Amino acid sequence: MTEPLRIFIVDDEAPARSRLRVLLTDIANEVPNDIVGEAANGKEALEGLASTPADVVLIDIRMPQMDGIELAHHLSRLEVPPAIVFTTAYDQYAVQAFELNAVDYLLKPVRAQRLAAALDKARRSAPPSREALEKIAPSGRKHLSVAERGRILLVPIVEVLYLKAELKYVTARTREREFLLDESLTHLEEEFGQRFVRVHRNCLVARPAIAGFEKAGIEDGEAHWTVLLSGLEEKLPVSRRQWPTVKAAFTGDDS
Amino acid sequence: MSIRQNPQPTRLPDFYNLGVMLRILLAVNLLAFCAALARNSELARLPGELVELSASVEPTLIASVILLGGLSGLLARMNYVLGVATVTALCAGLTAFLQIVFNPMLFEGVSPSLFRAALLAAIAALAVLFYFNLRNRAYSPALAEARLMALTARIRPHFLFNSLNAVLGVIRSDPQRAERALEELSDLFRVLMAENRELVPFGDEVALCRQYLDLERLRLGERLQVEWDIEACPNDALVPPLMLQPLLENAVYHGVEPSAEPTTIAISAKRHGDEIHIALRNPLPPDDVRHAGNRMALDNIRERLMLFFDLEARLDTERKDGQFCADIRMPYRPKTP
Repeated sequence: MTEPLRIFIVDDEAPARSRLRVLLTDIANEVPNDIVGEAANGKEALEGLASTPADVVLIDIRMPQMDGIELAHHLSRLEVPPAIVFTTAYDQYAVQAFELNAVDYLLKPVRAQRLAAALDKARRSAPPSREALEKIAPSGRKHLSVAERGRILLVPIVEVLYLKAELKYVTARTREREFLLDESLTHLEEEFGQRFVRVHRNCLVARPAIAGFEKAGIEDGEAHWTVLLSGLEEKLPVSRRQWPTVKAAFTGDDS
Repeated sequence: MSIRQNPQPTRLPDFYNLGVMLRILLAVNLLAFCAALARNSELARLPGELVELSASVEPTLIASVILLGGLSGLLARMNYVLGVATVTALCAGLTAFLQIVFNPMLFEGVSPSLFRAALLAAIAALAVLFYFNLRNRAYSPALAEARLMALTARIRPHFLFNSLNAVLGVIRSDPQRAERALEELSDLFRVLMAENRELVPFGDEVALCRQYLDLERLRLGERLQVEWDIEACPNDALVPPLMLQPLLENAVYHGVEPSAEPTTIAISAKRHGDEIHIALRNPLPPDDVRHAGNRMALDNIRERLMLFFDLEARLDTERKDGQFCADIRMPYRPKTP
């Protein structure tokens, strides 16, 4: 007899969670399982899963605050990432993306047999890769996740003032503090290019955080500029190569 | 009250349409045949007469059809009376012109034969236009009804499957709630699948909306809050069926579902003299990404309002201060007992 599967349910609708609970009880003989927790959105799920680890997480895709795809993203940063099975009522595009990227999903209303098969499969296969998740939801995340002392910290993208590459790591600076990320700056620029503008080879600044520019000096007859940030004393140098782009981005969008 | 009471404005036929061209050819040839028949007392001479007549009629006719086809865009923008005058003048002018080019022998000043040909062409043109006008009157309500059927509001599959899932979710713990939900679902689908060509009393539409919202409340619980302010609108005011429900569905999808907090949809309806004003407000999440699909439902309602009330009704929407606002203005037409 194997250990029962530890299962965590994430869905914003109470009846949908209760439906999954009932089905899991129904298939308990076939696939021994143990429901270790439930959550109504991605944020709650991350908190819950931090204290009660699970083998399989059943995740609804459309949820307020943090949707299912983003939750899966952050879960993939855990040391022992759980297997993930998505549930969705009707979402042509998502379903297509799942098929293409071999990510397991269940269509609501979920059937007991299909759930049993998915759990069985999830137990044996690896969780979806980050690349696969990105292909499913190209719209990007709303949070950066940072693994810190075995927990996952969420940094809302809107709070990040700049991202800076330093030797081995990329740091994300918010008004309060810095976070160390293990993602590349190029990758972050691709994902959040809408919000951030590259001011230097090693630095992306959030457009809304730019308060203005200051001339820092003159070198070889050309002016050197720095970015002034709103809410932070620090000034960031703008490289000569990036200056025209940065200037255009700032004057073109004065929101 | 049905759509038939709002006939479309009379319009010229689309001369670029092949069917229209074919009808013109047939109609004018029929006229020519009648003329030949009227001119002859002896049946034996009819074939000869017909050949002679077509020799003079066909080139002019085909040239006219080509000319009108070419000018169809211009003609479509004219009002009906001016259009009729232009078409008649074009046909008469073209006939006269072709007569001069191909039968220069007959041309001695404004000869009576030239005048006669132009007049005949003008009469033929008017006769054909009259036929198109009659045909238009006979068929356009059917077209409008067909459009109306095609426009019958479509519910989001997302809603159906989520609702069924919710019913399955409570079926063991609260069978009575599940029963109620299925009853509501069947009522809703009965209306959705009906032909919906007739206006319905506002009270009925509101009842349907309340059933719909009760279904959504099963899924969303306390997150869905609704404020009704409709006492100032008479229940007998006639409205297009499924006018309000798709707006509520939009509000739930774009306003309530993306928020974890309780969200209020506010609906108000008032009568101002001869007009009914209906307004719907729902907050939007700050980072709303679900734009797709919204336009379709709104355009659908807009077009149906147009079909029922022509230009007397309108639907305006705007995003303001993090809110989505939909405003409908339509004439007050009480239900006749």
